[in-house]
Amino acid sequence: MACISPDGKPTESGIKMMRALQLGMGSPEKIAKEVGVPLFKARSSLRELTQAGLAVEKDDTYELSPKGIELLDTFSS
Amino acid sequence: MEEVRERAISLPRLGEPAPAFEAATTHGVLRLEDFKGGWLIIFSHPADFTPVCTTEFIAFAEIYPELQKRGVELLGLSVDSVSSHIAWVRNIEEKTGVKIPFPVIADLSKEVSLAYGMIHPGQSKTETVRCVFIIDPNQIVRTILYYPLTTGRNMDEILRIVDALQTTDKNAVATPANWRPGDMVVVPPPNTQEMAEERVKQGYECVDWYLCKKKL
Repeated sequence: MACISPDGKPTESGIKMMRALQLGMGSPEKIAKEVGVPLFKARSSLRELTQAGLAVEKDDTYELSPKGIELLDTFSS
Repeated sequence: MEEVRERAISLPRLGEPAPAFEAATTHGVLRLEDFKGGWLIIFSHPADFTPVCTTEFIAFAEIYPELQKRGVELLGLSVDSVSSHIAWVRNIEEKTGVKIPFPVIADLSKEVSLAYGMIHPGQSKTETVRCVFIIDPNQIVRTILYYPLTTGRNMDEILRIVDALQTTDKNAVATPANWRPGDMVVVPPPNTQEMAEERVKQGYECVDWYLCKKKL
């Protein structure tokens, strides 16, 4: 249930996280509530998205990176 | 061997911070700090695809909803690989219909097992024994249970300990032997003679000044 698969693409749960970030849900607590996952899962997934360059973190709040926005667009279209 | 013995001595102790870790699990890479703010039970099992461990995994999955109601997450561990864990939890679901909802650490390097004192060479040099660590929201170790390889754990007792710890924290009391939620709790013993004299007038159920119980 990692949110980034070995080929570097987000998994289904990763895309859900990214969609929540797109809505401006910044903190792990808010993301966990929005996506319906335990807090530990939100924290680890947000870390993975950040390490993959798809999200950026500042003061424990997260937002999509330009690369994340671009990638999410390809899933929406 | 010497290294295992040496490092096994430095096990976590009650009231001390749980050892930090970052580990590969069936739910991705997890760190201890990911669980901060909630209760956590880390438990180890000797090996995947073994009979007693399978009954325990099913039993842990069955109490998981009750644990969640109490704000507790579960995290399993053995020295098997992620692939082995995935194959085993899928097999459990296929054969018994029970889905394993919690992550399981694949501790091939034994880094976490050694930090938590889960390998007892007298029992097995290669497998973890059946340990249970109950860790509070501040990531302090509050309970440690060890079971031998041949004895499956008692889920009722694990739930009872969680209830007792949470009751203790919330109400500044202690819990007597065989306590269950709803039973009377033990009022902390008085520290001075004056407090002891006052204690018996306070309407508690007292055997004597040092053993008083009350209803919550």
